[in-house]
Amino acid sequence: MWKTVLRRVLIMLPQLFILSIIIFILAKLMPGDPFTGLITPQTDPAAIEELRRKAGLYDPWHIQYIRWMKNAFQGNFGMSYAYKIPVKTLIGQRANNTFILSLVSVILMYSIAVPLGVLAGRYQNSALDRVVTFYNYVSYAVPTYVLSLIMLWFFGYTLGWFPKTGSVTIGLDPGTFKYFIDKIHHIILPAMTYALLATTGTIQYLRNEVIDAKSLDYVKTARSKGVPEKKVYSKHIFRNSILPIAAFFGYTITGLLGGSIFIEQIYSYPGMGNLFISSISTRDYSVVTSLILLYGFLTLLGSLLSDIILSIVDPRIRIE
Amino acid sequence: MKNKNKKDNNIQMSEKPTGFSVIVREIKKDKLAMISLGILAILFITVFVSAALLDKEKIMEVSLLDKYAAPGEGFWLGADAGGRSILGQLVIGARNSIVVGFAVTFFTSMIGIVVGLITGYYGGTIDNIIMRIVDFITVLPTLMLIIVFVTIVPKYNLYTFIFIMSIFYWTGITRLIRSKVLTESRREYVLASKTMGTSDFKILFREILPNISSIIIVNSTLNLAGNIGIETGLTFLGFGFPPSTPSLGTLVGYATDPEVLSSKLWIWLPASLLILIMMLSINYVGQALKRAADARQRLG
Repeated sequence: MWKTVLRRVLIMLPQLFILSIIIFILAKLMPGDPFTGLITPQTDPAAIEELRRKAGLYDPWHIQYIRWMKNAFQGNFGMSYAYKIPVKTLIGQRANNTFILSLVSVILMYSIAVPLGVLAGRYQNSALDRVVTFYNYVSYAVPTYVLSLIMLWFFGYTLGWFPKTGSVTIGLDPGTFKYFIDKIHHIILPAMTYALLATTGTIQYLRNEVIDAKSLDYVKTARSKGVPEKKVYSKHIFRNSILPIAAFFGYTITGLLGGSIFIEQIYSYPGMGNLFISSISTRDYSVVTSLILLYGFLTLLGSLLSDIILSIVDPRIRIE
Repeated sequence: MKNKNKKDNNIQMSEKPTGFSVIVREIKKDKLAMISLGILAILFITVFVSAALLDKEKIMEVSLLDKYAAPGEGFWLGADAGGRSILGQLVIGARNSIVVGFAVTFFTSMIGIVVGLITGYYGGTIDNIIMRIVDFITVLPTLMLIIVFVTIVPKYNLYTFIFIMSIFYWTGITRLIRSKVLTESRREYVLASKTMGTSDFKILFREILPNISSIIIVNSTLNLAGNIGIETGLTFLGFGFPPSTPSLGTLVGYATDPEVLSSKLWIWLPASLLILIMMLSINYVGQALKRAADARQRLG
């Protein structure tokens, strides 16, 4: 097991290294440089040139790359030119928001998907099963931004049940109960959007798993020993089916990151995805590159996490 | 990643070769798939014929007098901020989105098939190197990188957009084809063909490829829906089609303006619904095809 983890981590390192080089090259290809934003009619072009030279923009690329990486390892990702604060601080605030949104999304997602998947499998071909299967088809096919817009329009604008933008009402004191409730109120709509779309895999998997388990020997044994039907499902089948779901957790996080760009953008939720789009538009490259590196790292971490959980949960994989 | 491949192989074992008669039979058995196929046929024909008849220049002409004209006020489906007909943009946009969806699906399938055939058949070092590259691209934050590419490419147009999308989305197909070819190339008919001295090229493209063609068709169908979704999504964010080219994503994108979203439904809702119907229909057909390709799931 530790061998698998070690091997996976060892694969991760070159992947991160290559990703960092690609991002560095992209950053160099992006038009303009960090000092272009400082240029106003009053500035002296020579002064800007001096700043560029001092920042080492005319050094050979590999020296620039090593310097960039060195700083990155020390947690220094440069300054955001749009917000005039260190990238680390800026992303830290946004990452916090994205993390809370993801957490609520995941909780909602599992609380929808697990009961639906198990029930659909237990009552296979019933009306409930058909409804769940239909919902599954739709949630698989609907693009994130279409559902987000329809939800925002309906629950936000038409019914007015939820706030339409932001992550918290301005003026509330952090730490108070009111602040907390307000934050949850802001998060429910975007989190629900994500949860409704992300259930597909889990429902499908649980449903199939429960249907398969019905005819397996251990279930037959339990039944023949006189275990009540309810307990057969809650204890035997459920416990065996739910474990592998844990393994998808990492991929769920990965999917969340991709979807967060659309959801945060539409709900104007101040998270990392929203920051990415606005930084691209304002050409705030130090933020853009740091965000891609962070997302790449989190994606890798997600798939690593999945594989580790899977190897704990499924002994068949541990053997290899 | 490894575990995923393993799973694919298990499914593969239970499959029987699929003829096109099975596909037709399976779709006929599934009412929803039949309806979906009908909807798609009508939709595609209507969109392509009317897009060919429409005058694009005239539709994209700004006419400020008609700003936000509601449906019925001179336009069937109303007009946008520039007084341009929503219906006209819907038709041209749908055609553009469909064409790009098909183009990306075509190119990614081509790359995926060729690379997948080679890695799966020859195995060894080539396989190892290519699969590491595939693994690497799979874990990239694709959406963000595409957005960055779109902003840095000089002379950015429809062709570069198709190209950029294709670079990132070929790996899934490669992985699938490779796992199918791996099992296929151990079958008796391939071994027999090898001993008879048939060239590798012929075995790959004349013998193995036809036998996995049903899987390719299923996968391309499902990918088509996915690719249209990605294109419209990127255009929605403002990083897809160049501004002068209408797409369904452009129309939906107007909804980022709160006023449009809350009170000018005719601008963004038709395009959203069209995307939704298209996705659902393509996926329904795709799922029916999937059942046809997997003997265990067939309806009969």
